[in-house]
Amino acid sequence: MSIIIDNDTKLVVSGLTGREGSFHGLRNRDYGTNLVAGVTPGKGGQDVEGTPIFNTIAESVSETGANTSMIFVPAKFAAAAIDEAIDSGVDTVIAITEGIPVMDMLPTYWKAREKGVRLIGPNCPGVLSPGKANVGIIPAQFFEEGRIGVVSKSGTLTYQIGSELKHAGEGNSTIVGIGGDPIIGSDFIDILMLFESDPETDLIVMVGEIGGNAEERAAEFIESKISKPVVGYIAGFTAPPGKQMGHAGAIISGTSGTAKAKQEALEAKGVRVGESPTEAARIAVEMLRSM
Amino acid sequence: MDLLEYQGKELFARHGLPVPKGVYAATADAAVDASESLGYPVAVKAQVLIGGRGKAGGIKIAKDSAEAHEYAGEIIGMDIVGPHGEGPFRVDELWVEAGSEIEAEFYASVILDRSAKKMMVMLSRMGGMDVEAIAASDPDALVKEHVDPHHGLELTQAKDIVERAKIPAEVADQVASILVRLAEVAKAEDATLIEVNPLIVNSDGEVMLLDAKVTIDGNALFRHPELAEIADGADQDPQEKMAKERGLTYVSLDGNIGILGNGAGLCMSTLDVVAQAGGRPANFLDAGGGSKAEAIIDALEVITSNPEVTAILFNIFGGITRGDEVARGIIEATNKIGLELPLVVRLDGTHSEEGLALLAEAGLDNLHHESTMLGAAKKVVELAGN
Repeated sequence: MSIIIDNDTKLVVSGLTGREGSFHGLRNRDYGTNLVAGVTPGKGGQDVEGTPIFNTIAESVSETGANTSMIFVPAKFAAAAIDEAIDSGVDTVIAITEGIPVMDMLPTYWKAREKGVRLIGPNCPGVLSPGKANVGIIPAQFFEEGRIGVVSKSGTLTYQIGSELKHAGEGNSTIVGIGGDPIIGSDFIDILMLFESDPETDLIVMVGEIGGNAEERAAEFIESKISKPVVGYIAGFTAPPGKQMGHAGAIISGTSGTAKAKQEALEAKGVRVGESPTEAARIAVEMLRSM
Repeated sequence: MDLLEYQGKELFARHGLPVPKGVYAATADAAVDASESLGYPVAVKAQVLIGGRGKAGGIKIAKDSAEAHEYAGEIIGMDIVGPHGEGPFRVDELWVEAGSEIEAEFYASVILDRSAKKMMVMLSRMGGMDVEAIAASDPDALVKEHVDPHHGLELTQAKDIVERAKIPAEVADQVASILVRLAEVAKAEDATLIEVNPLIVNSDGEVMLLDAKVTIDGNALFRHPELAEIADGADQDPQEKMAKERGLTYVSLDGNIGILGNGAGLCMSTLDVVAQAGGRPANFLDAGGGSKAEAIIDALEVITSNPEVTAILFNIFGGITRGDEVARGIIEATNKIGLELPLVVRLDGTHSEEGLALLAEAGLDNLHHESTMLGAAKKVVELAGN
């Protein structure tokens, strides 16, 4: 097992005929992910290096049995593409697109919840279950198979931690990039819950950053619902208030959403928080080996 | 993107919301002309993106042209620091507004509630003070209600909020319809925050929006060309302005170590480890995914245009970004701009070995390679001095 994606994943990519979509979709296929279809309105009947293109996601689901959708559609049209995926019959939608307006995402978020479809992202690097499947833009070569689950708002920071774990001889069950936008389909707690019930995950690394209070809510959740050890890392201690630090959601508003508050909330619930990605990886390895 | 008060009020006016008459002015003479056209008294208000302007002396009531001239002259050029240490913000612009007789002050806002994933309306009969202060002094006086993400705020729901907030009956209908309108404006204009504090009742019994704090979702500017224009002119900081023109994500800080990372999270983390090593970062610069040599050159030009910078750290973990492209950018930029500042490079990930080989071959005197993020942070702090 692993979470969200595995050997049973049948992937359909919206935007597979685009430059980014084809580059990453085909990389995912090369990794071993079962890429069954691409979707571009008006290009149904064509193919991208042997993968058939359909006009709609629903069509690809009925023709190929696709169960996971990846969205690589430009921001202006991405919420509509996610809506289409939610209605198509897939059970998981992974939205990579960065820059989707919040007002578009609010109804889309609720649509996914109401229909019981798992939405990861947007503005995320995707999901990787090493040795099984890769959906998104995570460079798989930096990760090994193993027992550590990683959930993160940031892509490159995850690569940093994954590579430190690999150097230390450890690997991952699944790496989940939940995204850096203010409104994302799955929060830390949704993913923590999945890792909790995954028999192949022994320990969880949670990588947060400034903005919002998802880390604080996760701290509460960890105390009451998570029995597996969790190691934290938070980025943005030096971020000034009122400035957006790259990610749309990474902003300290007044005095709320600071890295310090998040670290303290986690530590108050017994989560060890690394000062740097290197230290977080070191703590994770040390705790895993003492289990 | 935050709007200045007058930009927010112009937005409100476009949507038919009641705001006092006002005129923009950038000089003391223009402020006098504005005051004369409005009639006295007028409020002369500093236009900066921060709360607490009144306390800082940035809002004054003028009774005649001499006062208007004097106050405008005082306020233009002031540096205003926010209640949480934001800024300082230099005042370049004024909004001169017809004075209002205030019978009552309320508080109204529509904000994005990130944890509930819904917009939230807040209303209080205690206006004119900070919303945190209202919540602290009398939590029941602040009524909060979420907006349905599919259907918006209904008038019946707004009336219920108004009743629970104990807004006087004479103005209840006006306030309820303003709440509905504010929720519509938030959606139509992609505003993740609209705060009106105070929302006043004037001596004629009319409810007016006396202040405007509006945040527009930067990701939605493609459908608001008039707001996008405001965004383009909004940067006071020369490096932030230069970076935006080149499509780079850059935030100015007050230190002396220039920083470039790829990915927002890794870049924030780089600032943190530099600070832990005793250094002071000069900026946040996310070169983004898939950075090509040209982007690296652009980034180095922005970083080195800040005269405070004494050393530069590159922290790159390539996923989509390729190490050889980054190395090519560093070499080209160093030659192009004649870079002599010490440059510490940590290059890991995709094609990092090729990149390091290129750097070694180029033999740049000012370049120091470190293999770990922490090692690189220590090295750049050592080279930067104080």
